[in-house]
Amino acid sequence: MSIATTQKRGFGAVLWDYLTTVDHKKIGILYIIGGGFFFLLGGLEALLIRIQLIKPENDFISAGLYNEMITMHGTTMIFLAAMPILVGLMNYVMPLQIGARDVAFPFLNSLGFWLFFLGGILLNLSWFTGAPDAGWTNYAPLSVQSPGHGVDFYVMGLQLSGAGTLMGGINFIVTIVTMRAPGMTYMRMPLFSWTTLVTSILILFAFPALTVNLFLMMFDRMFGTAFFDIGLGGNSIIWQHLFWIFGHPEVYILILPAFGIFSEIIPTFAKKRLFGYTAMVFATFLIAFLGFMVWAHHMFTVGLGPVANSIFAVATMAIAVPTGIKIFNWLLTLWGGSITINSAMLWTLAFIPSFTIGGMTGVMLGSSVADYQYHDTYFVVAHFHYVIVGGVVFAILAAMHYWWPKMFGRILHEGMGKLAFWTFFIGFHLTFFIQHFLGLMGMPRRYWVFLENQGLDTGNLISTIGAFFMTFGVIVFLINIIYTAVKGEKAPADPWDARTLEWAIPSPPAHYNFKQLPLVRGLDPLWIEKTEGKGKMTPAEPVDEIHMPNGTILPFIMTLGFTIASYGFIYQVDHKGWLIAVYAGMAIALGCMLIRSLKDDHGYHITKEELEREAD
Amino acid sequence: MTENTNTNKINSFQKEQNKVEMRKQIITFALMIFFTMIAFFAVMLGVSSTFVIPLILILAIVQVGFQFYYFMHMKDKGHEIVSGMIFGGILVAFLVIITFVAITWW
Amino acid sequence: MSHDHSLNPETMPEDPAKATMEGKHKFLGLWIFLGGETVLFACLFGTYLALRNSTAGGPSSQDLFGLELVFLMTLLLLTSSLTSVYAIYHMKNNNFKKMQLWFGITALLGLSFLGLEIYEFAHYITDYGFTFRSSAFGSAFYALVGFHGGHVVFGLSWLIAIMVRNAKRGLSLYNAPKYNTFGLYWHFIDVVWVFIFTVVYLMGMVG
Repeated sequence: MSIATTQKRGFGAVLWDYLTTVDHKKIGILYIIGGGFFFLLGGLEALLIRIQLIKPENDFISAGLYNEMITMHGTTMIFLAAMPILVGLMNYVMPLQIGARDVAFPFLNSLGFWLFFLGGILLNLSWFTGAPDAGWTNYAPLSVQSPGHGVDFYVMGLQLSGAGTLMGGINFIVTIVTMRAPGMTYMRMPLFSWTTLVTSILILFAFPALTVNLFLMMFDRMFGTAFFDIGLGGNSIIWQHLFWIFGHPEVYILILPAFGIFSEIIPTFAKKRLFGYTAMVFATFLIAFLGFMVWAHHMFTVGLGPVANSIFAVATMAIAVPTGIKIFNWLLTLWGGSITINSAMLWTLAFIPSFTIGGMTGVMLGSSVADYQYHDTYFVVAHFHYVIVGGVVFAILAAMHYWWPKMFGRILHEGMGKLAFWTFFIGFHLTFFIQHFLGLMGMPRRYWVFLENQGLDTGNLISTIGAFFMTFGVIVFLINIIYTAVKGEKAPADPWDARTLEWAIPSPPAHYNFKQLPLVRGLDPLWIEKTEGKGKMTPAEPVDEIHMPNGTILPFIMTLGFTIASYGFIYQVDHKGWLIAVYAGMAIALGCMLIRSLKDDHGYHITKEELEREAD
Repeated sequence: MTENTNTNKINSFQKEQNKVEMRKQIITFALMIFFTMIAFFAVMLGVSSTFVIPLILILAIVQVGFQFYYFMHMKDKGHEIVSGMIFGGILVAFLVIITFVAITWW
Repeated sequence: MSHDHSLNPETMPEDPAKATMEGKHKFLGLWIFLGGETVLFACLFGTYLALRNSTAGGPSSQDLFGLELVFLMTLLLLTSSLTSVYAIYHMKNNNFKKMQLWFGITALLGLSFLGLEIYEFAHYITDYGFTFRSSAFGSAFYALVGFHGGHVVFGLSWLIAIMVRNAKRGLSLYNAPKYNTFGLYWHFIDVVWVFIFTVVYLMGMVG
């Protein structure tokens, strides 16, 4: 389907198409749009936080609103912005990279997206009645006692979007295991597909802990159970453990795909095969494995005792080893390459030092004795913004520039790309570098105001100025998107002279991806064909009819049902009449499940003739 | 036609194999019931707790092994990824349990 | 070839549940899901272990549990695991009627397990006033055992849905994977129960 025919359709038709789609590419784009929307919301919240902290004892926003702001900023950025955008990229790119026509469970894929999106909307609806205000970590007993419904929205919203993410993870694992193109062995998979696999495994094992934790919180707040109620023998440490058993792998769920993105961009623009491919794969697994062993380093000051603290400190520092392997491999890939510097590459090159700083402060924080000093100060804030902005956000922006031509058939404007990069990059370091020192001087995180003449004034001012630079960069990037959509340069199939399979098909790809599945002959399959003079993939099969899944509205309605039920759960505490919403919502959702399992859906076939009619 | 007779032969061979498999599973089941009974009787008879807790835990683990490997066929070919996932889950599960027994105090 | 035709001995593949791409996906997807479920239940077990002595003056595990009932429930669930193995055995031999029969028995055993569990909970609530609000122990107990019970409810609904749906259609490559994934899920429920009766009930009686 070409762009021309898409544009002719009315808005309603396009909307219906996207509501019912099971195409991994469209779902990927939906994830990116949804995640992008929440990214802007979270960014706005960040800006308000920084404005509040621009001068001592400011009263730009009230203390309560400030608490809601920091909570929603963290929650939104982690769960609703960074992760969905990465999942969107995985959704779009991974099947193309492994030479698959779709994902293993297209229906679940769509369901996962709608759960994430409506879960996020539900969470943000809390702004109208009072947002969650117990920090993004939502520690008990503060969260259990938080008045109003804010924390309830947090619990239900994250439960929905968490379930969506879990489905996405399972889907990706099965896709990678069963649907690789002929010849695409595991050790020929591009690094981004590898990190998708490992990330999905992390999602699979980490998210159930969040599910259980939110479930316990939900029952404590809504039905009067006593999991975290000290008076009845409950234990609030349970929340912390379960939260971080999920929460620390979550950090790697964010950063591993970012590593994968850079491992795609660097070889492409350095015109060299990735240095130490095998080591990179093993380092990814090692990071994932160690990522599960270190959660208690978030809890050093809880008082786990010297033995437990030491074990977790050593494990934490050990992660620096595989991460170091990766950093050196990227540097050695660049070494001696013929490097093209463009926006995608700028973000990548900026990532390496920025992330390394974040990694080093991570090792500092990992020392359990020193952590007593750093804990809950701006030093921690600086650290995790260095790894998450300097790692994940840079990766997302690099990936946008890199894969935009493939996704939308147009190349993002380079000039604006560079302007956005430089302002954002400078703003980022202005904002967060100084925060290390603010933290070391004792400025606690999450405080609404700070006092005058404690040496914190200038630092906070600089930090806020940096935030405005970052905002400017983001606005330039948005303008770039609009400009590109209107009059951007049309992209060929392979604008970057790249190496992997997604560049062997037109930009944007046909909805069946590959007319004939390609035969993969090694790592960087397209590059192999290029160096051997052919320039395109050898098909592994004759042109034959292709089996595709049917679009369906069921995932959307099912999610709508769950969302209504969640609303009911939140408000049935006030009035039992809201239980009607619970029952109605559940009935809708279960009804959809029943329809799904009783009604046969065999999909459809694209005939041979149709395929032959379409130009290459 | 030759093809047809071939499939039939494979089918009867397959049937025989399924039967052998089924016999193994009945033995497995008998063992599981037996283990369950030992565990219950050990507790009912009031054997000292230092002995009985490790005993019933080991019996549970063995039973679960039977379930996974025989009833759910994890011993068969084509279950490598599956085993990886289950053992990954068990590893994390183990960490969680250790945590809640050892470093979650009241 | 459409997958919806009933199978006859000629079209019968070695393992109908994994003969199609969809079948392979379902098989693998369910197993991976079970990997996640392992962690889910581990978190609930962990919570229970941390809170099992926090009775806040209310009834303790020794006051409440009766091993006879639990033993009966265990037997029912273990046997239902075996009957579902029988059902899959008949699926592999392309004997649809016997497969439905054995799955039917599985459903009955599951239902009686559920009945006993409801009876047990009702007994605790009415005779001891022991609810999930009584103490942290109560919360953790009902969360863990209730979560398992919820899985049983879901499994039974699933089983009944596919049995009714396919009653007149016979076995095909389209529905064989559905039965097979259900079978795996059901075994997993049993796996969890083995740990529940050991960790919750038996260890609860020992102290």
